[in-house]
Amino acid sequence: MIPITIDGQPVEGKEGENILQVALDAGFDIPHLCYNENVKPYGACRLCLVEVVRRGRSRMTTACTYPVMEGIEVLTQSEKVLRARRMIMELILAMCPGDKLIQDMAKQMGVEQVRFKKDDNKDCILCGLCARVCDEVVGAHAISFAFRGDRREMVPPFLGEAMNCIACGACVVVCPVDVIRMKEEGDERTIIRWKRTLKMKQCKVCGNYFAPWFQLEKFKERAKLPKDFFDVCFTCRG
Amino acid sequence: MTQSEIEAIIERYGRKESSILSILQDIQTREKYLPREALEYVGEKLQIPLNKIYRIATFYRALSLMPRGRHEVCVCMGTACHVRGAQRVLDQLKLELGIAPGETTKDLNFTLETVNCLGVCAAGPVVAIDGQYFGKMNPTKVEGTLKQFRSDKKKEAADGKA
Amino acid sequence: MGRLSSPQELEKYREGIRRRRDPHQAFITVCGGTGCHASGCHAVVDAFKKVIQEKAKGNGVGLRVTGCHGFCERGPLVVLHPQKVLYQRVKPEDAPKIFEETVLNGKIVESLLYEHPTTGEKIVSEEEVPFYKKQMRIIFGNNGSIDPAQIEDYLAVGGYQALCKALFSMKPEEVIREVKKANLRGRGGGGFPAGLKWEQCRNAPGEIKYVICNADEGDPGAYMDRSLLEGNPHSVLEGMIIGAYAIGAHEGYVFVRHEYPLAVVNIGIAIQQARELGLLGKEILGSGFSFDVQISRGGGAFVAGESTALMATIEGNVGEPRAKHIHTVISGLWDRPTNLNNVETWANVPLIIDRGADWYTQIGTEGSKGTKIFSLVGKVNNTGLVEVPMGITLREIVYDIGGGIPGGKKLKAVQTGGPSGGCIPESLIDLPVDFDRLTEVGSMMGSGGMIVMDESTCMVDVAKYFMNFLKDESCGKCTSCREGTRRMHEILMEITEGRGTLDHLDLLEELGWVTAEASLCALGGTAPNPVLSTLRYFRDEYKEHILNKRCPAKVCRALLKYRILSDVCTMCGRCAKACPVEAISGKVKTKKEKGIPFKIDEQKCIKCGMCFESCKFEAIEVQ
Ligand SMILES: Cc1cc2nc3c(=O)[nH]c(=O)nc-3n(C[C@H](O)[C@H](O)[C@H](O)COP(=O)(O)O)c2cc1C
Ligand code: SF4
Ligand code: FES
Ligand code: FES
Repeated sequence: MIPITIDGQPVEGKEGENILQVALDAGFDIPHLCYNENVKPYGACRLCLVEVVRRGRSRMTTACTYPVMEGIEVLTQSEKVLRARRMIMELILAMCPGDKLIQDMAKQMGVEQVRFKKDDNKDCILCGLCARVCDEVVGAHAISFAFRGDRREMVPPFLGEAMNCIACGACVVVCPVDVIRMKEEGDERTIIRWKRTLKMKQCKVCGNYFAPWFQLEKFKERAKLPKDFFDVCFTCRG
Repeated sequence: MTQSEIEAIIERYGRKESSILSILQDIQTREKYLPREALEYVGEKLQIPLNKIYRIATFYRALSLMPRGRHEVCVCMGTACHVRGAQRVLDQLKLELGIAPGETTKDLNFTLETVNCLGVCAAGPVVAIDGQYFGKMNPTKVEGTLKQFRSDKKKEAADGKA
Repeated sequence: MGRLSSPQELEKYREGIRRRRDPHQAFITVCGGTGCHASGCHAVVDAFKKVIQEKAKGNGVGLRVTGCHGFCERGPLVVLHPQKVLYQRVKPEDAPKIFEETVLNGKIVESLLYEHPTTGEKIVSEEEVPFYKKQMRIIFGNNGSIDPAQIEDYLAVGGYQALCKALFSMKPEEVIREVKKANLRGRGGGGFPAGLKWEQCRNAPGEIKYVICNADEGDPGAYMDRSLLEGNPHSVLEGMIIGAYAIGAHEGYVFVRHEYPLAVVNIGIAIQQARELGLLGKEILGSGFSFDVQISRGGGAFVAGESTALMATIEGNVGEPRAKHIHTVISGLWDRPTNLNNVETWANVPLIIDRGADWYTQIGTEGSKGTKIFSLVGKVNNTGLVEVPMGITLREIVYDIGGGIPGGKKLKAVQTGGPSGGCIPESLIDLPVDFDRLTEVGSMMGSGGMIVMDESTCMVDVAKYFMNFLKDESCGKCTSCREGTRRMHEILMEITEGRGTLDHLDLLEELGWVTAEASLCALGGTAPNPVLSTLRYFRDEYKEHILNKRCPAKVCRALLKYRILSDVCTMCGRCAKACPVEAISGKVKTKKEKGIPFKIDEQKCIKCGMCFESCKFEAIEVQ
């Protein structure tokens, strides 16, 4: 166990954990958008800023990418931290002014107005969670960031249909601003944002459409399970 | 580009992940852009998912996914060129060619590009056409400089105008 | 020649080269650097080849194509040795005359000499030209005399002597101690002490370690790394081998910009030649120390010059920085201890080892030792690469070496540090240039870009230029950097187009602060400097744009008005022809007809300035 202090309180973290994780577990409130414990921390949104004092020197850093180290002192509510977070929130709000979650977060942090031109044609906050889940957890590698700088976008290769997408819907779940939508109609499932529509398979037992064929084929390739394992839906396998 | 040509490039750098950028650069040099099929082929051979290759291909300025014109007109936008009026040279080129940076003329003759420094600052503003440098440019020199690279029909037209 | 297997063999080989070379023999060097390429040195080289073939008839006049001499403005440059007569702006047709007069008869071709811009005096010798006189060319000097494609040339001037000394008479720790004692600071931007970095890397646990040379040089307006690598690649290589020995690394990379084709070729040749002579590869000079180097080409992304992004690129990933709470000297390339230094940093190493730290530390200031190469460009008479001792003042660089501002205009500011740096106002012209002083005034050393700006440079426009650069070149990962630079650029657009408000200035400052504080890498960390430094020193100019909708330097297009003074207009019609949008009307005066003075239709005018440029009678006024 590694002892650290957060806002003056002693807390313990484990080797390999990051400050955000430890702080959230201990009940501290640090706003964050691009962090999800199932994937590697990325440090893109910059909302989880904290001040870390180590060997007498203080610097601002993102909590999600900072490993717990013996004896560090973390300040989550310092004047500096709050000031920087507010501006970042204002920048994010300007990117997707219509999103409910972002609006609420902004309000909570005291961001009253947006002093920049609002982006009407954007909605993604470029946290990268969808692609990271797709790469690291699902293993489908269907989408990625493309371009750089202020032209950065999250897209399928060549901007067309995401040919590697198995329509599992993991990205839909993980997206904090809810801009990746899924549609199911008859025996088809569509991930609208990635322009991917796949046929669904019917469960041999209950008859429900439960997963896209393509996805099950991919799973079959990888998992060493009986051939008919994927003929039955999750619930009926029980 | 045939598969065996791509294969030869892959061989040169080795079938490993770290070769990817060099391979893409060589394909780019040969084809003046990165054809989709080439990327798919390379991805398969190096076992790199296409989403990652696409990400790399769009990240670096030296790589392009669009077919290029026969002549690449590259305007240096380095600081030294900027303070000596590169923007006005670029504006004039845009006007002459009717395209924006990154675009190619309809007749596939010119691609207009900007680069952040060619490292020829002393001669600024600099325009490089197919790697040939034209120093001390100004807007009035643009038309004359382009002339020798015009396709024949356009050249006549330009001659007529001048 | 096969591989040399001891320092004695190297010395014998070197003696052989020197013996074959008569120091009094005439030889002609033509600069083959990229700057001189741009002004046509290729044809000059060909012309000399032809003349020598026709006229020299085997009496042994050498011709050598060298790297950049630094004085690119005056290229193509030709220097005649051993007298060191400098001819500038040489054309191919000058070759026979130069050969006839100077090489054969020892006479000077007056018309090709450099003329002092103020006194008008003709200067014969390279060393007497004011541009070179105040320089201290310990790193860059050999560029002008060696052919980068010939390892023999480098050996003849004492090359690889330092390597021998390090390998055969110093322990790795002693090499590190010497570099630490010399207080060599990184020339790539940060100024981090190189010796300390080497030591940390040496002490880091792990069998496999790497050294890398950073030749990505993405800083717009700077090209010293390019010129070093093009002109004297072996000096960089020698530094790397010494460093690798000190650190205990056996593999190295030179990461070089794809846009620098000649540098890629020349370092490639150098590596090949060094391998053939046994200066690279297994058991270097029979010492038992092995080290080899590969070239990796960058893809044209400024951010890929950042250490972690550079390593990601070599690994085959996208060049995006990552958090480095564990430093790259411990966990860098492929998670192994990795030491990265800039081209110029490496080039300093042989000198320090060869001549010793005591000699080296005599040059420079308290905190910054040695020299620094700057690319002196922009609104200055003598543009080019200059190598000066640390601590020299800006005034000496701009006026004594640079020859002042062209056209009798007034100096306004000097920008250093590239996109991460700031603008230093004319009032600080006596500032001694070193790492710490530059940082104190809100700029930084950076990699060595030095852009001179005069009264016709608009500082708001300069800030806008850099924000435009940075918003494109940011990798785009951090909200604070991507959106921060984009929004700063957006606000600067508003100001330069006449829609600015005073609140914008506060917003710029706040945004700048957050961009710097909250971003991951040093790109974001230094991105606001161009804005903050111009706001600090040139706030009035911002205000003039905002309150009076006026650009005092007459740069910001949207705020300009072009007008033809009808009483000055000679009715020649040039402007109307030049105008790309046919906004100018009037009638040309001929012998028969009276003509009508020309007029600009403000509605149609796109403010491109072509008319202004074309008018020979100063009849067009800009406001
Ligand atoms: C955005 C960015 C771009 C950089 N580009 C370069 C570069 O082109 N060349 C270079 O030598 N260092 C560059 N650096 C600095 C490197 O990260 C690194 O500090 C340097 O190469 C270390 O070498 P040095 O200690 O010898 O200076 C850059 C840094 C940043 C943040
Ligand atoms: S600071 Fe900018 S360039 Fe650096 S990692 Fe963040 S977004 Fe990328
Ligand atoms: S949650 Fe840490 S940067 Fe986004
Ligand atoms: S390239 Fe010739 S002097 Fe610089």
